[in-house]
Amino acid sequence: MVTKYDTVIGLEIHVALQTESKFICGCSTEFGAPPNSHCCPICLGLPGALPVLNEKAVEYAIKTGMALNCEINRFSKFDRKNYFYPDMPTAYQITQDAFPICSKGYLEYYYEDKLIKTSLNRIHLECEAGKLIHSGDSIIDSDFSLVDYNRAGIALIEIVTEPDMSAPKQARTFLEQLRLLLNYIGVSDTKMEEGSLRCDANISLKPRGSTVLGPKVELKNLNSFRSLERGLEYEEQRQTEVLEQGGEIRQETRTWNERTGKTASMRSKGDAPDYRFFPEPDLPPLNIDESRVEAISLSIPELPLERLHRLESEYGLSRYESTFLTNYPEFGGLFFELIGKKLQSGAVVNFLMGDYARLAREKGHLTASRIGELLEILKEGLINNNQGKDVLEELYKSEQSPREIVKEKGWEMVSDASELEGVIARILSENPELVSRYENGEDKLFGFFVGQVMRATRGKGDPEVVNSLLRKELGQ
Amino acid sequence: MKKLAQLLESKQVSSEEVAQKYLNRIKEKDSEINAFITVDEDGVLQQARAADQRRAQGSPLSKWDGIPIAIKDNISTQGLLTSCASKFLSNYKPVFDATVVSKLKQAGLPIIGKTNLDEFAMGSSTEYSTYGATCNPHDIERVSGGSSGGSAAAVAAEMIPWALGTDTGGSIRQPASFCGVVGLKPTYGRVSRFGVVALAPSLDHVGPLAKSVEDVAILFSLLAGSDPGDSTSAQIGPFAVPSWDGSVVKGLKIGVPEEFFSTGLNSEVEQAVRNSLKMLEEQGATLIPISLASNAYAIDTYLTIVTAEASSSLARFDGIRYGERVDAEDTNTMYAKSRAAGFGTEVKRRIMLGTYVLSASQYEAYYEQAQKVRTIIKQEVSEALKQVDVIITPTTPTPAFKIGEKRDPLELYLSDLYTAIANLSGVPALSLPCGTTSAGLPMGVQVMGDYFSEELILQVGSLIEQGVGGGVSGD
Ligand SMILES: [Zn+2]
Repeated sequence: MVTKYDTVIGLEIHVALQTESKFICGCSTEFGAPPNSHCCPICLGLPGALPVLNEKAVEYAIKTGMALNCEINRFSKFDRKNYFYPDMPTAYQITQDAFPICSKGYLEYYYEDKLIKTSLNRIHLECEAGKLIHSGDSIIDSDFSLVDYNRAGIALIEIVTEPDMSAPKQARTFLEQLRLLLNYIGVSDTKMEEGSLRCDANISLKPRGSTVLGPKVELKNLNSFRSLERGLEYEEQRQTEVLEQGGEIRQETRTWNERTGKTASMRSKGDAPDYRFFPEPDLPPLNIDESRVEAISLSIPELPLERLHRLESEYGLSRYESTFLTNYPEFGGLFFELIGKKLQSGAVVNFLMGDYARLAREKGHLTASRIGELLEILKEGLINNNQGKDVLEELYKSEQSPREIVKEKGWEMVSDASELEGVIARILSENPELVSRYENGEDKLFGFFVGQVMRATRGKGDPEVVNSLLRKELGQ
Repeated sequence: MKKLAQLLESKQVSSEEVAQKYLNRIKEKDSEINAFITVDEDGVLQQARAADQRRAQGSPLSKWDGIPIAIKDNISTQGLLTSCASKFLSNYKPVFDATVVSKLKQAGLPIIGKTNLDEFAMGSSTEYSTYGATCNPHDIERVSGGSSGGSAAAVAAEMIPWALGTDTGGSIRQPASFCGVVGLKPTYGRVSRFGVVALAPSLDHVGPLAKSVEDVAILFSLLAGSDPGDSTSAQIGPFAVPSWDGSVVKGLKIGVPEEFFSTGLNSEVEQAVRNSLKMLEEQGATLIPISLASNAYAIDTYLTIVTAEASSSLARFDGIRYGERVDAEDTNTMYAKSRAAGFGTEVKRRIMLGTYVLSASQYEAYYEQAQKVRTIIKQEVSEALKQVDVIITPTTPTPAFKIGEKRDPLELYLSDLYTAIANLSGVPALSLPCGTTSAGLPMGVQVMGDYFSEELILQVGSLIEQGVGGGVSGD
């Protein structure tokens, strides 16, 4: 879209931390359990019950902060965010307002082939609410609403970016890369469909080149990467039209409707709730000492961008291949295991990105040892690539090893020259007309002869041997 | 209490007999006093018989096994109504015990019942209870004080030998003073708050009430200790009941803050406290005039913080999960009407004040300012306690006033004038009787000490107690 405006986007991302127990009590964080089966007086907010912080959640927040180049604040504290809603059993959320656990930071990632940085404002810890299920569309127009407190009290981190992004697609790329990083460091399962990764977006337009931000619109209900991008695109378009018609943008919160493909106003700035923040009196401040930060830094594995660059520089893979292996860590893991088996990086990545990729997505991954054996027998020339595909399909059907499959099916490649010479001689004698056409310069018929030989050997002919014998027979 | 424990130890009486004796006394007195919201007759007798069995087998849980106790009704007791004297919780039976209740059960103390209080502990007279006011056993036309009025009156009327109270601005010490019993507000963090229904978590304390300093010390020893369930709990060892040899008085430096002896102080109360001071001086203590000028701001600071925190603590009471739902045309009105019907006037007043002081436009002017003043008060108290060992003041400006006498809430708030400072700073403070007025009303003296100096203030309290001829155990 070519307009007179620059788009400015910032994101607020909530991430449910994958701790075994909740943030404020010992209840399990298991997803999908029967409603209200993982609850206790603390996460139900019963009168007199007090929260006790899960240190693992603090560790995960620090780990995330370090992976995102944040300053880890040696002193941070908790606040109460007061709001009355039935999913919040205490009617206030434990969060960090004035002193978050991590400040600043950035994520570096490739967007449109350029390495760019998106700056972060902060990361803070907070407490998850329960889940409401309405009999109607919303709490206002329902006959009744049900509440499941299994989720209540789970640890969240909120990652807040600076208004640093300039396009909906960039916001999506950022979120995808952030999610990947969170998976790499193992702090969250980041399932958007289960709500363990949620994203709100702020978007405003400003005249091209201006440094003054326009009134921002907060977008909610962006439940997938696609919704994020589409919602922002819609809003970018809507705001542009309003401005071009001489209108003004109102600062407001709007909700994205995936079905209609539109955003609608939820509340204006004037209706914004007053959360009446004040220091949480039930929890002492968090003091993080140096040795703890050091210990946590040792637990941070290779991050996506580091891996991408290593695949390029150490293994000579293309950006495309390296990106694939980085973005799909299971494939990346297999790659490194197979490389360890002395297989060629090129052969391995071709295999992983070829038919295997499709099958693995449909049916799951094979073990590195079975894949390794398949690649070995291909390399040895026991079977050709065509047979390789059949063996791969077979591996999903049986428990047998690739060598056992080849043996049982009789798929060993025919590379014995005398056997192939006989076949070639027969085929050439059966097609004298075609042979003469070929000799008169119709080069493309060579492929036809190869195909005939392969058909006669039921695909088992060693392509290299077949090629060279054919050329010899046809007098080249 | 030692005497009663000895009688139980030597099997001259049984726990069941003791429990029955107190039950009889409750039956005889409580229709007049109204100290109890719940009397758990079956429960206490059952627990007493279990204690007798343990003693018969020679394995009592503690020296105090089988001595019954009463619990203020804002402290959670599993399966036993914990109403906070509010309509909202008039059918609420907790599924868990407060840590202090677990500790008492582990020591074998049978729970006789739950005592009256101002609704959600908001008040200084136990008049704001949905179960009616608790009367002062010394004059039933007068208040028992509050908010732990039920516990103080129950001990004073010998319906129970000891009881638990809570203290957010003076709620143990002020009723103890009005009813002529001993009450201790420990150091913040020394006794777990887990299971105590919050009024203002940064100011709430749990503590003992009894007839004598020694009994208070014994009960305190059962309560004190860090609790992993309360993150604000202090990492400090248990409290051991000291021997009372009176040696602390030699060279004891007592701070006497002039601001606590000025206008508004009843002359009889002043005289009684000065007499106690004089007696300590005669025994070898030094009286040192000090200034706690910031106390002039204590009540305003206290009210700002307590209302702010209370507005948040009480927001969960919605008419759905708790209390009665008042049907209305839409959801928000239903919540509003249910809350309007469920809370009493004083609670509503404080919720509104608290909501106001926390609102974005007022936060800086009120809550933040109050926190700054609180820091100054803390510093001043700490500074003073570097110069002196203890600070002695009257507990309250006046003896117990008449029921219904104080209609103006601001006037009522002033009865915490001398006590709130210990909650704001977190230092321990003890109130004990120091005489009676010509009209026969008890008066209280307050002993404050540095953080975790409960032993010292109890020792000093014991000296005052002996001097004024108190220390009569409830046995
Ligand atoms: Zn729980």
